Amino acid sequence: MNAAGSRPTLQVSHLQTSFMTKAGEVKAVDDISFSVHPGRVLGLVGESGSGKTVTGFSIMGLVDHPGRIVGGEIRFRGEDVVDATEQRWQQLRGNQIAMVFQDPMMTLNPVLRIDTQMIEAIRAHESVSRKEARQRARDALGQVGIPSPDERLKAYPHQFSGGMRQRVSIAIALLNKPDLIIADEPTTALDVTIQAQILYEAQKLCQETGTALIWITHDLSVIAGLADDVAVMYAGRIVEYGEVDDVLDRPLHPYTYGLIGSVPSRNRRGVPLHQIPGMTPSLLNLPPGCAFKTRCPHATDLCITAPEVSEPRGSGRLIRCHLPMSPTGSITELSGISAS
Amino acid sequence: MTNAGITDTPLTNPESVGESIQTPFRRFLEDFCENKIAVVSFVVVVTVVMIALFAPFIAPTDPYDLATVTVADKALSPGMTMLSGQVAYLGTDGSGRDLLSSIFYGLRISLTVGIGSGVIALAIGVVVGLSAAYFGGRTDALIMRLVDMQLSFPAILIALVLLVTLGKGVDKTLIALIVVQWAYYARTVRGSALVERNKEYIESAQCLALSKPRILFRHLFPNVVAPIIVVGTMQTAHAIALEATLSFLGLGMEQTEPSLGSLIANGFDYIHSGHYWITMYPGVALLVTIVSINLVGDQLRDVLNPRLQR
Amino acid sequence: MTVFIIRRLMQAGVVVVLMSFIVFSGVFLVGDPVDILISDEADEEDRERAIAGLGLDKPFHIQYLLFLRNAVQGNLGDSFIFEEPALLLILERMPATFELALFALLLAVVIGIPLGMLAGLRPNSVTSKSIMTGSILGFSLPTFWVGIMMMMLFAVILGWLPSTGRGPTTTFLGLEVSFTSWEGIRYLLMPAINLSLFKLALVIRLTRAGTREVIHQDYIKFARAKGISGSRIVLVHLLKNILIPVVTVLGLEFGGLVAFSVVTETVFAWPGMGKLLIDSIGMLDRPVIVAYLMMIVFLFVVINLVVDILYSILDPRVRLQEMKA
Repeated sequence: MNAAGSRPTLQVSHLQTSFMTKAGEVKAVDDISFSVHPGRVLGLVGESGSGKTVTGFSIMGLVDHPGRIVGGEIRFRGEDVVDATEQRWQQLRGNQIAMVFQDPMMTLNPVLRIDTQMIEAIRAHESVSRKEARQRARDALGQVGIPSPDERLKAYPHQFSGGMRQRVSIAIALLNKPDLIIADEPTTALDVTIQAQILYEAQKLCQETGTALIWITHDLSVIAGLADDVAVMYAGRIVEYGEVDDVLDRPLHPYTYGLIGSVPSRNRRGVPLHQIPGMTPSLLNLPPGCAFKTRCPHATDLCITAPEVSEPRGSGRLIRCHLPMSPTGSITELSGISAS
Repeated sequence: MTNAGITDTPLTNPESVGESIQTPFRRFLEDFCENKIAVVSFVVVVTVVMIALFAPFIAPTDPYDLATVTVADKALSPGMTMLSGQVAYLGTDGSGRDLLSSIFYGLRISLTVGIGSGVIALAIGVVVGLSAAYFGGRTDALIMRLVDMQLSFPAILIALVLLVTLGKGVDKTLIALIVVQWAYYARTVRGSALVERNKEYIESAQCLALSKPRILFRHLFPNVVAPIIVVGTMQTAHAIALEATLSFLGLGMEQTEPSLGSLIANGFDYIHSGHYWITMYPGVALLVTIVSINLVGDQLRDVLNPRLQR
Repeated sequence: MTVFIIRRLMQAGVVVVLMSFIVFSGVFLVGDPVDILISDEADEEDRERAIAGLGLDKPFHIQYLLFLRNAVQGNLGDSFIFEEPALLLILERMPATFELALFALLLAVVIGIPLGMLAGLRPNSVTSKSIMTGSILGFSLPTFWVGIMMMMLFAVILGWLPSTGRGPTTTFLGLEVSFTSWEGIRYLLMPAINLSLFKLALVIRLTRAGTREVIHQDYIKFARAKGISGSRIVLVHLLKNILIPVVTVLGLEFGGLVAFSVVTETVFAWPGMGKLLIDSIGMLDRPVIVAYLMMIVFLFVVINLVVDILYSILDPRVRLQEMKA
């Protein structure tokens, strides 16, 4: 979180993004704050509907009607981009901030060749010859481990497997050597082995080039191996935020606790899998006060008021909870939590 | 816990009892009336149909009564008075017939042929489409092959082929129009019937061992009605336009029963001499009819489309 | 690819034969073929000779086979009026009809696609709503009457354009075409616009629907995330995806344009196949009528085939699928 006092690549403060639907205002992102420093990886974890993807789009300025950013700041290398002009956004996107989308099937335009889609990403930001751009594209494909890049460049997206397509998307993200990459569940649709490969390469990349990376996922095990910091999101808010080893070993928020506990490898054989009871509430119908209240085994009358962000003494972490778990409690106590 | 709520029970409030009667039909009416243009168009359509129905009673003259029509009234401008003392509000044509009356009668014929052929084509299309959907398998494949083949040809071509071989006249025009239209109805009906066929209420009807025709017509058909209505309005407009086009070309109606198309053809020669009204006004009547039917059809389509959640 | 072409050719062949059968049986069973194939002017002797010569005293299926055999050899009878082979007459007038139809198609595409995209990109704007209303008018208005009104306005009242006929022609690739001169275009303009109206409305609606669908796709968002400029997204990413369905429909509609030119040619006295047909009907020149019908059906089938093949070339997904099949 505080790496060597360098200026953060990205600093998000009290960001609020809402969707104005006919049924009412949906607060997809409700007052979140975090920062990412150069060369560091932030894992953004949450169930679907927690607001993590919208966060990613907000940072890119890609929140479309009927959604928009309604409050807060997003500072990219010191510059507030919330109100940036579309022109400024075009300069930043694909160039200094890049995004890898979740579904490799529909991310690439099916009627355009791979080289077209890669070359245009380069030439949108730099005036280089097509030949040179092509060469860089070729190198990028090699970098992500795609064999025979020359042939592959001339191909169409549907001729690639899912894993390859995702690699191409990653290659595109890397083309202009951005300072920040936002990866939205990039490996969810892929094989475990390929996933491992991509994770490894991502980590290597950040360390080598000083690129900041935000890795959005619902899968804690991915975060465990990859991230430096983790932010856990629930119903549009960040409920726990800290260094990854810390959070995973000693979670302070009941939700984080429950998430970790429900990872299959963490449970003992023969014992029913631990689950967080209940379901994510609809964002139109959030309970007043703490959003997790209805599912929290420790909820009390205090939780009727929304908890503010606080830093439990000595933990070096931020959470939103009136009754954080004891910092000294360890994860093996999980079996003591009843499933009701 | 207070008792405050009990005295306000809605059941004792007469207004809300009335509101709770929201039949699907009423909801449909409300949705339809949201578009003012469609409402106006609907009124226009009704007016046109009324004119067509009552033409002999409301037309100022009988343009086909050879006794009263005289060539002395030839090509009078709109507003001038004819020999008989009757004012020709829209002028007269090259034979001295009052144009307004001709248009009324022409509307009558255009609409009769257009709507008549539509109704018959609809009936045929519905039977064929429902059968194809219900029996499935080879029957379905065969029927749809036929339908697709016919639909791949433009309507005008099919009509041309038929009328050239059959000749002119009301009956032949009707046949041509029916042949042109049935396939479209058949395809639409079969499509929605296929969707409905797999739904549970059909299964229950089958379990009750109801006869096949009964299932087809009393159970399947009512649920397939909505798309038919939409297609029906658009097709009717097309049929009317097609008949007009064919009559204009000299292929459709006989001269003794001129539809709007024939009237336009008659007036065509006169535009060079400046008597533009003879061809213009019948065209306007045709235009208004077709456009309003299409606008109503458009709104019907939006309202009846289940995918457009409102 | 060749398997695909052969398969389509066979299908096309079946349709042509079927249609020839329908036309022939229609003529044979409903009309009196003696009347249809022999001029009313012929006297008793000529009639007998013609009947024997044309095999009109033979049974139906023999006649049909004779007809087919002649048709394949290009002999569809001689015109009563012009005393030339009917097929030749039609072929002479085909370039004029094609010129008209192609121009109408061109107009529909060049004007329709941009308008449709505009309406699709800003669906709730005033522009979009007026474009859509215009398109409803476009396919509601009876083409022939609009043509007459156009003629009245631009030729009779304003005198800007000639009302009927075709302009001066030059020879281009062995065909007589008129669009090569400004004068020629003046004659071509009104009929082409008139013929294009219906298709224009269709293109606008199709393009608008396509645009609204494509613009929400993930790959468009991804292109934006790459920092691609808005104009490139519209002109490359969007357009290419929309073009494929639009082109397919248009290709199929071209045959419809050729068929519908009968109306426009009649209104504007454009010397094409369609006008020949209507004139022949009026003059009872039956061999020409039969020849026209056969020709137009044949043309139609050929056009559909070509479009199918073109489509598979345009859409890379289809092409590769067909190759695997």
